[in-house]
Amino acid sequence: MLKIDGLEAEIEGKQILKGLNLEVKPGEIHAVMGPNGSGKSTLASVLAGREEYEVTGGSVDFLEKDLLDLAPEERAGEGVFLAFQYPVEIPGVSNINFIKTAVNEVRDYRGLPAMETKEFMAHLKEKQKLVKLSGKLANRSVNEGFSGGEKKRNEIFQMAMLEPKLGVLDETDSGLDIDALRIVASGVNELKSSKNAFVVITHYQRLLDYIVPDFVHVLYDGKIVKTGSKELALELEEKGYDWIIEEIEGKS
Amino acid sequence: MSMSDEDKIIEEATSGEYKYGFVSNIDSELAQKGLTEETIRFISGKKNEPEWLLDWRLKAFKMWENMEEPEWAHISYPKPEFQDIIYYAAPKPKKEYESLDEVDPEILKTFEKLGVPINEQKALAGVAVDVVMDSVSVATTFKEKLSELGIIFCSFSEAVKNHPDLVKKYVGSVVPQADNFYSALNSAVFSDGSFCYIPKGVKCPMELSTYFRINEANTGQFERTLIIAEEGSYVSYLEGCTAPQRDENQLHAAVVEIVAMKDAEVKYSTVQNWYPGDKKGRGGIYNFVTKRGLCAEENSKISWTQVETGSAVTWKYPSCILKGDNSVGEFFSVAVTNNMQQADTGTKMIHIGKNTKSTIVSKGISAGKSQNSYRGLVKIGKGAVGSRNFSQCDSLLIGDRCGAHTFPYIECNNKSAKIEHEATTSKIGEDQLFYCNQRGIKTDKAIGLIVNGFCKNVMDNLPMEFAIEAKKLLEISLEGSVG
Ligand SMILES: Nc1ncnc2c1ncn2[C@@H]1O[C@H](COP(=O)(O)OP(=O)(O)OP(=O)(O)O)[C@@H](O)[C@H]1O
Ligand SMILES: [Mg+2]
Repeated sequence: MLKIDGLEAEIEGKQILKGLNLEVKPGEIHAVMGPNGSGKSTLASVLAGREEYEVTGGSVDFLEKDLLDLAPEERAGEGVFLAFQYPVEIPGVSNINFIKTAVNEVRDYRGLPAMETKEFMAHLKEKQKLVKLSGKLANRSVNEGFSGGEKKRNEIFQMAMLEPKLGVLDETDSGLDIDALRIVASGVNELKSSKNAFVVITHYQRLLDYIVPDFVHVLYDGKIVKTGSKELALELEEKGYDWIIEEIEGKS
Repeated sequence: MSMSDEDKIIEEATSGEYKYGFVSNIDSELAQKGLTEETIRFISGKKNEPEWLLDWRLKAFKMWENMEEPEWAHISYPKPEFQDIIYYAAPKPKKEYESLDEVDPEILKTFEKLGVPINEQKALAGVAVDVVMDSVSVATTFKEKLSELGIIFCSFSEAVKNHPDLVKKYVGSVVPQADNFYSALNSAVFSDGSFCYIPKGVKCPMELSTYFRINEANTGQFERTLIIAEEGSYVSYLEGCTAPQRDENQLHAAVVEIVAMKDAEVKYSTVQNWYPGDKKGRGGIYNFVTKRGLCAEENSKISWTQVETGSAVTWKYPSCILKGDNSVGEFFSVAVTNNMQQADTGTKMIHIGKNTKSTIVSKGISAGKSQNSYRGLVKIGKGAVGSRNFSQCDSLLIGDRCGAHTFPYIECNNKSAKIEHEATTSKIGEDQLFYCNQRGIKTDKAIGLIVNGFCKNVMDNLPMEFAIEAKKLLEISLEGSVG
């Protein structure tokens, strides 16, 4: 469903992604790991269509469409969801109003009528339960004054509400306590189906005990330099990244 | 708010250019262009006014002739040519109407386009409408129900005819003729407006609402509103307006006076969306308004809530004179400027009585190349023991070609008074917009959402039906302000 081919992107004249390849099929979970600054968030931002990043090469196909050709809100409409590494606060806008607007905008994009209030409330209740988001948080302004963990959980809540085809989670596990981690993971597992897929960016193999990936990729210096199974994550945890870096640098 | 309300807002918000920019074809009776003593005699004569009112007008005119049009640091515009303005226009025929069926269908159509809730259904929903079209009230609804309670709600002209003592006693008592250049002009030439009297102990059961509309090309609008709330009474008054699209600048200089007696409360809400001019600033309304409330006796309360999105130039400081002990003044304001609009608004809170309290919450939003200034005065008199003021002025910038300015003036003559002032300036961030976009929300709507969030604690003060319109207006007025 997602095919990234030779993707190159830069920000402020600095090239970050340097020919990145990745293919994701429906029903799969891909973990992306890699040292700080290697370009993981950049990849997520480019997929979501952040303007500051300039794509200078390569292509991204998503469900037979040229993803790079679409505006960020159109990508969301097509079913791309990004759980932000640093979720943004929007003062004065209630979480519920925000997500209701989002749900209906996406429906509108797909030619569906806005959800009836009753239907929406039922949907909301169900998803709130899924990620154990308290009614209080649901009513507060979007992310305003939320703790780090609450913000991350709110991202998963929004993802659950929007039921995307491709969920990209950028370090959603960072800063979570063990209970929150389980909640987030079970949220993803509940949403997982044969029709959707997830790209999970993380530094910790811990998360992958709960969200079991089909593939683990190592992103280094703007490229995916190694791909393996779940065991690769364990190996990375144990040995760090140096051996991989040596491996590729030895090759070149 | 129900879903369908929001959807309607959204739909209307996306319908592009200033949608109230149409002109209706109503035959009007016009005064000659220009301003002389003759003009004033003509207006007064047309309206069959008593001698005292003519004298009052003429006195104001003399004062005005000797006044200079004010200049402000943060507003610039070509000065109106006062001799080029038609000072009186009344829809024809001028007879009184028993029912709406008798009203010119053109007028009714105009109101329909505006969505004025003039029909009974809407009135039943809690809004009695005193419609001011151009200068003369053409229709008044639900007067009977109000009159059962002893409430007088009518056009200013009718009040002059039927309640001359009240008018004579209170007109100019809060805003004297010579208060400023524009109030003097208004006092000389005001054509009509609204009058509202709430007797002792009566809580007005519905929101009283007046829709103003500038309709006649080149006709200055000089409305005059007088609200009197007797002891222990309560009224919530709504003012809202739209205007047709024009090429020439149109001047509006209204005066609103409110008097609140012991334990009385007046809530005055405005949604102002007059034509702001096109993207280059051509053809917008000049809006110079003097609004002032007097908390005349103890425990009285006057609350101004305004949402200002329109006009090319706005100059407006709804104020409270807190004379009665323990009286309360409030000012909640949202002022939006886009493109070439200029707004200089704020409030004055004059504390005279003991333990008087005032609250100011001002939210300024600037986009395009607009300039948005808050100017506020908090004055604590010598005798205002234990008085308190809290001011919060927040500015939100959209883009980097606009300006926001805050000018808080404080004069404190009593050491026991407490004055608190908070101010912030922020920008709608790329981060916020991208976050919304990523969730599927288009940029225009995202701005509407963020701005409405920014204004929330002001909007919460508006009556329900007004809040919906105001939210919609915020979205419309900022359309296309990013990207
Ligand atoms: N606005 C910017 N201007 C200049 N450089 C930037 C900008 N944003 C990101 N970068 C650089 O791009 C590189 C990749 O950043 P990115 O955020 O994608 O890394 P990451 O893999 O997500 O790292 P982390 O694990 O720390 O989250 C870094 O070197 C970073 O400094
Ligand atoms: Mg990152």
